[in-house]
Amino acid sequence: MYYLKLILRNAMRHKLRTGLTVLGIVVAILAFGLLRTVVDAWYHGSDAASKTRLITRNSISLVFSMPLTYSSKIRQMEGVKAVSHANWFGGVYVTEKNFFPQFAVQASTYFDLYPEYLVPPGQMRDFQRDRKGALVGRKLVDAYGFKVGDQVSLRGTIFPGTWEFVVRGIYDGTEKNTDTAQFFFHWDYLNETMKRTAPRRANSVGVYVISLASADRAAEVAATVDHEFRNSLAETLTETEQAFQLGFVSMTEAIVVAIKIVSFLVIFIIMAVMANTMAMTVRERMAEYATLKALGFGPGHLTLLIFGESLAIAAFGSALGIALTFPVADKFGKAMGTLFPVFYVNSETLIMQMCAGLIVGAVAALLPCVRAANMRIVDGLRSVG
Amino acid sequence: MSQIAQPVVEIRNLAKSYRRGDQVVSVLTNITFDIAAGDYVALMGPSGSGKSTLLNLIAGIDKPDSGVLRVGGIDITSLGEAELANWRSRNVGFIFQFYNLMPVLTAFENVELPLLLTDLPSRERADHVNAALSMVGLADRMEHFPSELSGGQQQRVAIARAIITDPTILVADEPTGDLDRVSAEDVLNMLGQLNRELGKTIIMVTHDPHSAANAHTVQHLDKGELRIEN
Ligand SMILES: Nc1ncnc2c1ncn2[C@@H]1O[C@H](COP(=O)(O)OP(=O)(O)O)[C@@H](O)[C@H]1O
Ligand SMILES: [Mg+2]
Repeated sequence: MYYLKLILRNAMRHKLRTGLTVLGIVVAILAFGLLRTVVDAWYHGSDAASKTRLITRNSISLVFSMPLTYSSKIRQMEGVKAVSHANWFGGVYVTEKNFFPQFAVQASTYFDLYPEYLVPPGQMRDFQRDRKGALVGRKLVDAYGFKVGDQVSLRGTIFPGTWEFVVRGIYDGTEKNTDTAQFFFHWDYLNETMKRTAPRRANSVGVYVISLASADRAAEVAATVDHEFRNSLAETLTETEQAFQLGFVSMTEAIVVAIKIVSFLVIFIIMAVMANTMAMTVRERMAEYATLKALGFGPGHLTLLIFGESLAIAAFGSALGIALTFPVADKFGKAMGTLFPVFYVNSETLIMQMCAGLIVGAVAALLPCVRAANMRIVDGLRSVG
Repeated sequence: MSQIAQPVVEIRNLAKSYRRGDQVVSVLTNITFDIAAGDYVALMGPSGSGKSTLLNLIAGIDKPDSGVLRVGGIDITSLGEAELANWRSRNVGFIFQFYNLMPVLTAFENVELPLLLTDLPSRERADHVNAALSMVGLADRMEHFPSELSGGQQQRVAIARAIITDPTILVADEPTGDLDRVSAEDVLNMLGQLNRELGKTIIMVTHDPHSAANAHTVQHLDKGELRIEN
């Protein structure tokens, strides 16, 4: 109690200095948390990926497609529970700024493979029945105000023309990290249109999604699929959904690495600032520490006082920074709109923030502690007058 | 001269030098004298003569180069760092020229500080602190911080802190050096009273003959050596 009182009062001695230090820590911990959350948002696709789903694509590149005929062949393979397919549409809603992914999916099968998309049964039925129907995620509803029954038109970039859809359903995610910023419509609608306007591009599939009977057969099934289509016109590459998603992230890996480095740099800088503050503080109080030593207090007591003060300041700043991370991340996520479909502060980030705060406090106290503990009493006392 | 009594401090051939750069400066050479229990000793001498150095050695916050130094029968030169700290907390009461109170602690808390090294429960600590502060006439200033007290009052708090553990010796380095005449008189009276009424052994460094007049014994230091005058 006595020591706690002494520690807290010492911390409050230079209100301005402590205040500025706390402010620095708040900003650093907040920035750290936000940057980590951005990194997490980047990886969300692979984190949320199912272990029981495989993605098959053209082995040359995603830009190339595969024949529709593969579907029935894959379905018959051992270990395959279900198959569906999808094409990346890449359309523009009003302006280029409104980015969100759109997929043409085989409506009758696709959502059986994605139980994490929750659609009211009535809406699902309406969607299935309407060739021009679309299913949109909750985040898109929040961002663009889509309602069931709305007409939505997308300007095609890969598939030319203006495409008209009617929103028939809205899906929510069962998990916090479920991507609800997607726009789904009927692959059949896309295909029929292509048959009319560009017959050579009809009956081609961007990706096959395979649902596995069990997760531990992933490698085996992937090998079987790719073997089946070897030496065909469109050779395939089959990988787990997670590997597939990580493939996307790796394209932007340099950015992610840069953000990670910056996030640690921020902590490193505040560590240097705080270490300087503590060094200054302890140097000013050498005569007091010498007096304590003269009275019989040992290096352990001084360490308790100095570490305690440093940790108290760091803990207070970190707590504020962590508390602020939630509302700021919320605002930030909303401002980023559908660019980061999943944006929330996860528990790992919280733990890292707490650790960062504690490490900053401990490291800052280290050198001043050693100095105070090793200081000779007569030298410390002479620094008084 | 002091009454015949068991010496509480025995000093034999004590020497101390400081290193300044690669030069060794001899501060004390061959100091020998005793301090009897219950004595009140003034250490006098010109500035730089080694008064503070000698006092610091006796108080166990500095180590001599050679010689014998026994306080209360214990050879304190043979004690390790931690043992010495423990010894100081029980046997030495410190009074400094600039009081050296903790600015963030109240008068009460400052006086309580040395008791934290004992295993007294807080109730008993409070009783001791109340008694000590009453003795120095500051019972009504317990909750004041040092910055809210005059120099004389701060030094009285420091005196209360010095006697709170009932130490073997009280050491005071220029205790009136920072005080006005009236406060200085106050502090000297208080030390005299502690010596007379409670039998405290006091060793006081001063360069002021008027202050030294309060003591029973005066030791003159000059260039690191002792001259005895009565
Ligand atoms: N910690 C120290 N380091 C180096 N020199 C010191 C130290 N303490 C005292 N001295 C030197 O020792 C001499 C005596 O100092 P001191 O005992 O403080 O004298 P006094 O108290 O009589 O004025 C002075 O020359 C002083 O500069
Ligand atoms: Mg001196």
